Amino acid sequence: MIRSVIILLMVLAAYWLTLSGYFHKPILLIMGVISIFIVLALSWRMKILDSETVPYFHGKALGYYVWLFVEITKANMGVVKAVLSPEMEISPTITKVPMKQSTDLGRVTFANSITLTPGTIAMEMCEDTILVHALLAEMTEPSGFIEMSDRAGWAVSDPMLGVIEQGAG
Amino acid sequence: MNGDLLHILQFVISAVLMAGGIFFVIAGAVGVLRLPDFYTRMHAAGMTDTLGAEMILLGLIVQAGLSQTSLKLALIAFLLFLTSPTATHAVIGAAHHAGLKPKLGKYRALAPGEEPLAKSKAKAQAKSKVKSARKSRAKKRVK
Repeated sequence: MIRSVIILLMVLAAYWLTLSGYFHKPILLIMGVISIFIVLALSWRMKILDSETVPYFHGKALGYYVWLFVEITKANMGVVKAVLSPEMEISPTITKVPMKQSTDLGRVTFANSITLTPGTIAMEMCEDTILVHALLAEMTEPSGFIEMSDRAGWAVSDPMLGVIEQGAG
Repeated sequence: MNGDLLHILQFVISAVLMAGGIFFVIAGAVGVLRLPDFYTRMHAAGMTDTLGAEMILLGLIVQAGLSQTSLKLALIAFLLFLTSPTATHAVIGAAHHAGLKPKLGKYRALAPGEEPLAKSKAKAQAKSKVKSARKSRAKKRVK
């Protein structure tokens, strides 16, 4: 609880300073501090200060996004090639991808990563699978999804089910 | 002299990035026009708001240099990274829940002289399917 208050305070302060850029006008700075505390008080009263409203990222997430950006670039090339070639040979497929993440943040990160990568879109999230629509059949290789799932879980330090089972067995 | 060179380098890098971004945006627009159905079109639309928008923003960040403007641009890029897949997923999920059937299997564009007969047939079939789906839904509502 205290941790999420501190994180929200820091995020709001950084956000306000980035958008306004007033460092040397005391009146405006005081107004900014007041507005930050009003937002904090409101979210305290609404009892929404938990890990869902204040998801905090650590350094690992940044590394994950760099890896994801490389993957997005690679996948974009494939889609551009398929779309701009005169024959435009595509093979739309729907597959079920197993999802091992147990926390909400981990599940959202994995599904968002699938949608961000062009050529694959998460259609629906079930208990432990995601329905994925793919533009090309070769984009639905399980090995790619497994790597992405492992990395997404690692980035938000998710206690993934599959990994625990492997450790026990 | 050195400063001039740096300025030219900055300009060239940002121009290359923005040109790449524009290429992906145009490719996405072409894809939206060419692809056969709603689901596949969303893939092309997703292309414009991932690499297209991000590369243009990156080019603008390089152009702005180290300043508050570039920080704001980075914030926009980060928010786009989070919101665009959510919007895509919401649209696709809505279509899926409404019962729109995706075209599956192999698909190939028509050659310039080819008869679009099969295509029009498929379109008519799809239309009748949508109509029947609408009818069945209307019936459900009545019930």
